[in-house]
Amino acid sequence: MTDPQAKTAQRFIAALPHSRALGMQVEEIGGGVARISMPYDPAFVGDPATGVIHGGAVSALMDTCGGAAVMSHADRPVSTATISLRIDYMRPATPGQRIVARAECHHMTRSVAFVRAVAWDEDATHPVATATGTFTVERAAVVT
Amino acid sequence: MSRPPPEPVQVIKQRRDAALAILVNAVPYIRFLGMDFDRRGDELTAILRFDTKLIGNPALPALHGGATAAFLEVAAIIGLSWTLLWERMESGQFDPAALDPDHLPRMPKTIDFSTDFLRPGLPRDAYARARVNRSGRRYASVHVEAWQDNRLRPFAQATGHFLMPPGEDA
Repeated sequence: MTDPQAKTAQRFIAALPHSRALGMQVEEIGGGVARISMPYDPAFVGDPATGVIHGGAVSALMDTCGGAAVMSHADRPVSTATISLRIDYMRPATPGQRIVARAECHHMTRSVAFVRAVAWDEDATHPVATATGTFTVERAAVVT
Repeated sequence: MSRPPPEPVQVIKQRRDAALAILVNAVPYIRFLGMDFDRRGDELTAILRFDTKLIGNPALPALHGGATAAFLEVAAIIGLSWTLLWERMESGQFDPAALDPDHLPRMPKTIDFSTDFLRPGLPRDAYARARVNRSGRRYASVHVEAWQDNRLRPFAQATGHFLMPPGEDA
């Protein structure tokens, strides 16, 4: 990750206290695509009977990953915030396994970014969840 | 006509609060977020106690969208579970004294969850209430709204669909 923009995006994610609290790690970022992972932690369990991670933690991962994808877009927004996020839960994540999300900012207008995301555990052939989101685009003020 | 005297209010309150506490305390992630539930009769208000670890953008600062979505999802699941438990508890089908951390009612599973972020979440406590719009034998639809200082200015809302736990005939 030598691209200075990728470094900036990585720093941006590392500075988010909630993402840090969930142990998120940037795996890859740049060109409107981000891959971020989150470890399994017993503190994130939602269903005590099965030990499965709470959907809310997966939402936080998807949201962070979506925002990171927007920040790494070639248009270089200076900031972003989530407008809406919809998550479909395909199957429970296997307890004990790391979850990885990949988000792609596939379209950006002057003020809105459109994102698709997918999350997997160690079984990369069957997604745990998919998401679609819209994000605000804050552009640098034009100096005249 | 004679009927048994009503149960003392403390007995009823103690039973309901104990059932709610067991439901909520069983979920580690609720503790991680720092959430509480306030009960008035069958109405629940979810409370997210502000903590710096919930912050997303430290420059504003604002709550992380993921923390907000998670708060709404927990409020929806506990709201739905509580509705199911309440009906069984009040009809006498279910004795909360038999409820312990090893014999918990199964939780509904989220099928999909859609969050609207209406305004930035401020760095202070947040509240949410869930409304079960449809609760069938297999599926439920739940709407949830969250606010901070002003009840009439929600900062986020969400709708989710849930798969009911087996054997919960509603």
